[in-house]
Amino acid sequence: MPTLTINGMIVDVPAGTTIINAAEKIGIEIPRYCYHPKLSVAGNCRMCLVEVEKFPKLQTACSTVVNDGMVVRTDTEKVRKAVTGVLELMLIHHPIDCPICDQAGECGLQNYYMKFGLHKSRYDLEDKVHKKKVQDIGGQIVLDAERCILCSRCVRFLTEVTGTQELHFFNRGDHSEISIFPGRPLDNNYTGNLADICPVGALTSKDFRFKCRVWFLKVFDSICTGCSKGCNVDAHHKGDILYRLKPRWNDAVNQAWMCDFGRLTYKEMNEARLLTPFVREEGARKVAAWGSLLPDVAFRLKAAAEKGGTDRVAVIASPQSSNEELYLLRRLATERLGTSNLAFTHRVAGDGFADGFLIQADKNPNSRGAQLLGIPDGAAFDALVSKIAGGGIDALLVFGNVLGPLSEEETAALLAKVPFVAQVGTNEGPVSKAANAVLPSASVAERGGTFTSHVGRVQRFRFGFPARGKAKNPIEILVSLGNRLGAGWDFAGEASVFKAIAGTEAPFAGMSYDSIGMFGQEIKG
Amino acid sequence: MTIGVIKVARPRKMSFPESLYLVEIVKGLGVTMGHMLSNIVRQEGIKTIEYPEVRREMPPRFRGRHRLMKREDGTPRCVACYCCATACPAKCITIVAGESPDPGVEKYPVRFDIDMLRCVFCGMCVEACPCDAIRMDTGWFTPPDDTREKLIFTIDTLLEK
Ligand code: SF4
Ligand code: SF4
Ligand code: SF4
Ligand code: SF4
Ligand code: FES
Repeated sequence: MPTLTINGMIVDVPAGTTIINAAEKIGIEIPRYCYHPKLSVAGNCRMCLVEVEKFPKLQTACSTVVNDGMVVRTDTEKVRKAVTGVLELMLIHHPIDCPICDQAGECGLQNYYMKFGLHKSRYDLEDKVHKKKVQDIGGQIVLDAERCILCSRCVRFLTEVTGTQELHFFNRGDHSEISIFPGRPLDNNYTGNLADICPVGALTSKDFRFKCRVWFLKVFDSICTGCSKGCNVDAHHKGDILYRLKPRWNDAVNQAWMCDFGRLTYKEMNEARLLTPFVREEGARKVAAWGSLLPDVAFRLKAAAEKGGTDRVAVIASPQSSNEELYLLRRLATERLGTSNLAFTHRVAGDGFADGFLIQADKNPNSRGAQLLGIPDGAAFDALVSKIAGGGIDALLVFGNVLGPLSEEETAALLAKVPFVAQVGTNEGPVSKAANAVLPSASVAERGGTFTSHVGRVQRFRFGFPARGKAKNPIEILVSLGNRLGAGWDFAGEASVFKAIAGTEAPFAGMSYDSIGMFGQEIKG
Repeated sequence: MTIGVIKVARPRKMSFPESLYLVEIVKGLGVTMGHMLSNIVRQEGIKTIEYPEVRREMPPRFRGRHRLMKREDGTPRCVACYCCATACPAKCITIVAGESPDPGVEKYPVRFDIDMLRCVFCGMCVEACPCDAIRMDTGWFTPPDDTREKLIFTIDTLLEK
């Protein structure tokens, strides 16, 4: 292990480490633009210049590998002058669009200018080279070539990660410009990441464009609900509105990326939400109160079981629910209602597209969790559907907004066969249009819990902000229903439910929220 | 430790004629009548003005009702950067940004509301604006109105002046 000195501090790092990473280890931040830990080293921006003893010239910290006994200084006047010079060069033709630039507030140029620049421009405004602004280059991205600092992160991402190579540099010198080939827009499922890795406002998100200033946003840890991969995300919100999702780095799952489809899943948590409990009387919706609706639903389920036998009551679970909710739902069905009519399906409408990278065919975040908790999938769901279609069910409790791949008409026709359907769901959908009683549920952003990814990695999503409208946490709904059916549960919050799961469910044995931590934990076996 | 005690002189007890207040009332009425009579005979020295028809000249740095500036083509100069809304201590500026039809402008305010009832007339918004798009140089107070809604000034009202 080479030992080197950086700013007088001694640090041991494995052989092959670069100076930039060695410095990071002891908390020294070396400014950088082109360096990105998940991409190859390009060494073209020259922001990371540092002084190394016995080297005649300044060295780029991102591409210089450490040696035993190296003496590095990042804080000398020579370094500061060089960095300011590099910054001045980058800003020569920069449009300084900050008032209208979505990157403002999280921009590498702004941040480093305040730290290392603070110089007066020596260049006349009229002499600036102008390039093409506001170009829709496909995917989720808007390109402003004038703001680009030619760091090549985007080019490397499209070469090394997606392999699609749509962006390239054209021309020379001052006129160098990032662009696509004419008529060949971005064509891959990971374009949104370009806005994240571009250190300036050259590549920005079309979806987030002008929606909100970034300094108003607050962030919480979440998990993408777009597929069973379970990409770790940062959810950005202001009040009870979500504005964007960004990948949260997790080397075991999604590294620093996420797919374009997943990036837009936040919209469901904003739009067409079920906000008040209601019942359907003669086809018309009538707003109901939680206080009377919960006992009513419990009573109807119980009455149906007592009248026709437990075989005439059914529960359909959702792979969009958390492990905690699925566990309570299973116990509610098997212990309180005593029915074996319990199933879910991981299938959804659509083609189930998958690539070998992040996108999985199963479009639900927690199918694996449901299976591990003993809720039958596949054939059991089909059997339950045909039982319902045959008029064999008198009371049905549905979790989720859709019944797997069934269309709105199919769902309506199927649910019409059941005298009483209660739904716990987050959004307007086929089920809420047909159910007799609708219990609005908090969205993923409004509650906490865990999902189990397709490889069996249990990961936490966190509470972001209080539920909108009158929606309630499904755990609260389940505990309340269970207790009205005589369960005597005293669970309060998802943590207490997870403790119970870890105690009794073999795959989760010994796990805790602490052991899952920020990055998740794989189930055993 | 002893507590410091301050002796406060109690006011002298009023005498009987003083406690009737009569003399003071007559004196006060005298001042009022004096002004009334002098206003009748000497109108040019009159102290009151007939607001809002007549307005007092405000000092040039007076911070009055806001206005939004326009470009030469009449569109708002504001680029919806939210700097004013960020600086505003009363959080009374609401902006919704949109894509401008003019690609040279890019961003413009679809909505720009100032809640005049919450504004504390501090002028931070004017200081913060990078485009000199908002000014408080109208020399106007916020005119009174009879509903709260009317006192949330919209972009159209703010562009008028
Ligand atoms: S890229 Fe950064 S410096 Fe350039 S206009 Fe955008 S926010 Fe300002
Ligand atoms: S567009 Fe952004 S990421 Fe690509 S080279 Fe320019 S500054 Fe770098
Ligand atoms: S004057 Fe002060 S309080 Fe009023 S809008 Fe401007 S910043 Fe806000
Ligand atoms: S600071 Fe100026 S340009 Fe920015 S939003 Fe306010 S008025 Fe508009
Ligand atoms: S970060 Fe080292 S040269 Fe760009």
